[in-house]
Amino acid sequence: MADVIKCATRDAYGRALVELGNTNDKVIVMDADLAAATKTGMFKKAHPEKFIDCGIAEANMMGVAAGLSTTGYTVFASSFAMFAAGRAFEQVRNTIGYPHLNVKIGATHAGISVGEDGASHQCCEDIALMRTIPGMVIVNPADDVEAYNAVLAAAEYVGPMYMRFGRLAVPRVNDEKTYKFELGKGVLLRDGKDVTIVATGLMVSEALTAADELAKDGIDARVINIHTIKPIDEEILVKAAEETGAVVTAEEHNIIGGLGGAVCEVLSEKAPVPVIRVGVEDTFGRSGPAVELLHLYGLDAAHIVEKAKKAVSLKK
Amino acid sequence: MDANRKKQLKILACKVRMGAVEGVYNAKSGHPGGSLSIADIMTYLYFEEMRIDPKNPKWEDRDRLVLSKGHTAPALYAAMAYRGYFPVEDLKTLRKSDSRLQGHPSMKYLDGVDMSTGSLGQGISAAVGMALGAKLSGKDFRVYAPLGDGEIQEGQVWEAAMFAGNKKLDNLVAIVDNNNLQIDGTVEEVNSPYPIKDKFEAFGWNVIEICGHCFEQIDAAFRLAKTTKGKPTAIIAKTVKGKGVSFMENQCSWHGSAPNTEQYEQAMAELNAALAELEA
Repeated sequence: MADVIKCATRDAYGRALVELGNTNDKVIVMDADLAAATKTGMFKKAHPEKFIDCGIAEANMMGVAAGLSTTGYTVFASSFAMFAAGRAFEQVRNTIGYPHLNVKIGATHAGISVGEDGASHQCCEDIALMRTIPGMVIVNPADDVEAYNAVLAAAEYVGPMYMRFGRLAVPRVNDEKTYKFELGKGVLLRDGKDVTIVATGLMVSEALTAADELAKDGIDARVINIHTIKPIDEEILVKAAEETGAVVTAEEHNIIGGLGGAVCEVLSEKAPVPVIRVGVEDTFGRSGPAVELLHLYGLDAAHIVEKAKKAVSLKK
Repeated sequence: MDANRKKQLKILACKVRMGAVEGVYNAKSGHPGGSLSIADIMTYLYFEEMRIDPKNPKWEDRDRLVLSKGHTAPALYAAMAYRGYFPVEDLKTLRKSDSRLQGHPSMKYLDGVDMSTGSLGQGISAAVGMALGAKLSGKDFRVYAPLGDGEIQEGQVWEAAMFAGNKKLDNLVAIVDNNNLQIDGTVEEVNSPYPIKDKFEAFGWNVIEICGHCFEQIDAAFRLAKTTKGKPTAIIAKTVKGKGVSFMENQCSWHGSAPNTEQYEQAMAELNAALAELEA
């Protein structure tokens, strides 16, 4: 078996920003004293004249980003998810979301895979928070290939967008040579007829592993990658629910308000089938090595397999 | 400033006050106190200071105004209406469900509003972003941001002040409407922001203290701001909450309540009398 390439989506964020700096003279990148960690430092090095560090003041950064965007710039405002979506929620809501401004929020270190820093920095609420802001687009890429292309696409989209990246190097699931990012489109990664696993972010590669495991037990699982959580691809979800009759969602986020919530909202109205949510079960994280934590909180293929079997058993 | 121009501005300010009262009365809600305290400065900004074109509200080289104290939208709307952005008659639609005149300014509803505001402490950051945008793109437009003296209790104001000072944004003017009153009492009683001057100076700002109802002083302050290089300017304008309507002056209770018909008639009578005197 060939070695799997592993790369953090935050690295792809940094690389894509550098590329945007080369090709788009309207791109400005902002950070709040985390450039080394968010990887905007790569952009700072390549394009220092287009990089603005606001210091440790995320609320102000979001407002400045909003003001800058009204003067014709496409602004990428970066911080950890906890501070970008959490601390600055109201600034994002009122000064970016309400006027529908062209600000891209690059939120890294999302989820519990932050690891050793512990619960204060492990944001598992950001998708829920951002999803409630009207007009906010939310993108949560599965790997570095998707992240890179999503960032390039973000610069072409006019309007507010929340982009979620991770700290941990995760397996690459997409082919760098053929990958094409389509905003708002779910991606069918594996067809199947017995159950559908709808995954986002680093849980996509776990979903694919889970599908392999389920196949050994004779369960034919479909796997869908939802990189755009809002607006969500209703069509691919409804079709999957109708054709497979059971759904498991998988995300590195609270099971409340994130992908699981979004999928339930769609299916309960348009194609009601059993849905089981795999995610952080409404609890805070803790310190520890990222991979250990992912297993500890049930964010792995084994847990998806267990829930998929349960979902199949609930089918009518 | 010559006497004639000063008189014209006083007349316009009187009309702006009437427009603000008209709006709040018809809406049966809103914020008259702070609208009346900032009215002279809004009048000066819209009729004397800002490089704007009401017929081309999205002109990219226009000066920008971010009403960080967004609850005083009635004064903003009245100044905009008299400046020609929309019919004065529309001021009566303030806060109605089919109106462009939202309770707090919204750039999505009304062209000419440069930033949606209302949540205190946030407008100043957006104004800073606009001023930075001008610098980055080599444009010479200026940005004006009226703040409340209660509003500057918000920590974000000082994040923005630190940043603007460090970036030497001399195309930015913050105006503190220092009427000394907020909802729960005087600003000292609630949580004193004083000394305001020292705070802005500590963040690298040029600070000018004036009477916010005296057009010579307002004029001198904005002229000085324009010639000050390498620093943003904060104009701390000593004002009277409710200025121009006797029973509203210096009363916390008029921060966010509308006059009844009798009170409205008295307020308009007082403002009409002042206007008649000015026009005589």
